[in-house]
Amino acid sequence: MTTTEEHKPFEASAVPLTAHKESVANKLFGGVSLVSASLILVTLAAVATFLLVEAWPALTDTSGELAAKVDWIRPEMGQSLIQIVGYLVFGTVLISAIALLIATPLSIGIALFISHYAPRKLAAGLGYVIDLLAAIPSVVYGLWGAIVVLPVLQPFYNWLGDNLGWIPLFAPDPLTGTVSNTGRVALSAGIVLAIMIIPIITAVTREVFLQTPVLHEEAALAMGATRWEMVRMAVFPFGRSGMIGATMLGLGRALGETMAVYMILSPGLSYSFAILQGGLHNTIAANIALKFPEANSEGVSALIAMGLALFVITLLVNMLARWIVSRRSEFSGAN
Amino acid sequence: MSKRIDVNNLNVYYSKFLAVEDVSLAVEPNSVTALIGPSGCGKSTFLRTLNRMHEVIPGARVEGEVLMDGENLYAKNIDPVAVRKHVGMVFQRPNPFPTMSIAENVLAGVKLNNGRISKSDAEGLVEGSLRGANLWNEVKDRLDKPGSSLSGGQQQRLCIARAIAIKPDVMLMDEPCSALDPISTLAIEDLMQELKNEYTIVIVTHNMQQAARVADRTAFFNIAGTGQPGKLIEMNDTATMFSTPSEKATEDYISGRFG
Repeated sequence: MTTTEEHKPFEASAVPLTAHKESVANKLFGGVSLVSASLILVTLAAVATFLLVEAWPALTDTSGELAAKVDWIRPEMGQSLIQIVGYLVFGTVLISAIALLIATPLSIGIALFISHYAPRKLAAGLGYVIDLLAAIPSVVYGLWGAIVVLPVLQPFYNWLGDNLGWIPLFAPDPLTGTVSNTGRVALSAGIVLAIMIIPIITAVTREVFLQTPVLHEEAALAMGATRWEMVRMAVFPFGRSGMIGATMLGLGRALGETMAVYMILSPGLSYSFAILQGGLHNTIAANIALKFPEANSEGVSALIAMGLALFVITLLVNMLARWIVSRRSEFSGAN
Repeated sequence: MSKRIDVNNLNVYYSKFLAVEDVSLAVEPNSVTALIGPSGCGKSTFLRTLNRMHEVIPGARVEGEVLMDGENLYAKNIDPVAVRKHVGMVFQRPNPFPTMSIAENVLAGVKLNNGRISKSDAEGLVEGSLRGANLWNEVKDRLDKPGSSLSGGQQQRLCIARAIAIKPDVMLMDEPCSALDPISTLAIEDLMQELKNEYTIVIVTHNMQQAARVADRTAFFNIAGTGQPGKLIEMNDTATMFSTPSEKATEDYISGRFG
């Protein structure tokens, strides 16, 4: 025992500088996260491959055989699969656009009220209610829309058709001279979809607004900004990418929504912007749900081709959102 | 135009908690007044009552009066938003708006309340304000770059430029150098000496040397203990305060015996 008390610290710090064995937990966690990340890519690739392979027979059919075997493609009316997909893409985008136009300003308003205007107690309660709304299944929204909302909206539609019918959007049916009398029109589908996507957009934007740095809010207030000016100066610029992200989440849900549209909309195929007439529009998802139960193998292939179209739209929307977010990243609040 | 401030029997509350008790003091125009004291003594809280920024915190309220050239900032017909246009503020951490360019940052306050400004006036104001903040030469070639691309000291001077662009009467500074390096600190201290020719300046600082360097008059705030309200102990010419303070507590604080 020649070592004295003072030498002990030297002994304790004698950790070798050479590579040491990695701990099990470290390895395990690294492995789990790698597998999870890969799984996402594999799933995406699998879905894309499935869509392409299954849709291939329908997409490459040139002999007219497909039209003969799928009863909802009517060559005598000049229809081909590509044309029908075109109509449905139009209907999907139109109805989702209506939903987004209604839902985005409302959601941002609600989120802003919760984050910056409401007294704290009310804000907490309201936030909770919004989260509850997000939990309602879409089939319930569909039922509610078809039974409760449509009759309420109908008089309003009549008024729009009578007074603002000269606007192409609200044009009445040229044959009857009135708008649809059932309310089963694109605008109704858009409104119910809007109500469905408000919770998700609100929840995300609220979180973003709440994270606005107090520093920036105070900077605006200290130079004489009103509350609204402070919001425009500090809260919106900071939350810009978050708002876009939230909107895209909502759009994603609206694009893919099946049941609510299926239960509300009177389906049809056209490139018409008349959102108060029934039987003119349908969405891809609702159309797949409508046609799938009675489809033969060629029909399924044609429906999967439509699914592929929806997949491509969603992909494009997300890429667009990414691009918008990154466009002015130099000026973003992240630094 | 520089204005004087008279504070009479001011109490500040956070809900029911009395944070600052019975402060009466006078701030002369065209001078730098420093508020010093240990952490939690209420000097920042008091500073914020001079432009009603404390009202941003829920539950905060004051009793008493703050007179700016004789006009009570807490009179019923006074709009806090208008008060802040006359009493500018610079914060502890530089806070330029990250989404705005350097020039936009300077003009941010001018464009509030539907304020419009012609392009040539705007350019003149940007240059004048940045010159006033001793920043023009460093940024004149990159006015369209984001404000956050500047160094900390430059950002703080950008915030000062932003504050003087709205031509306030009084400038409040809440520990403006505490996040800066010594050279940037010196730049801001020099700037204060120039700014006091046009503005009344009130600065909160933790750094007693800084108070001794920049302030014409110094006020010492103290707190008796946790949960007790902050109080103004004494206020005097800076030279007197640092050589022959009349209160024992001031002498202890200044000589570094506590705080």
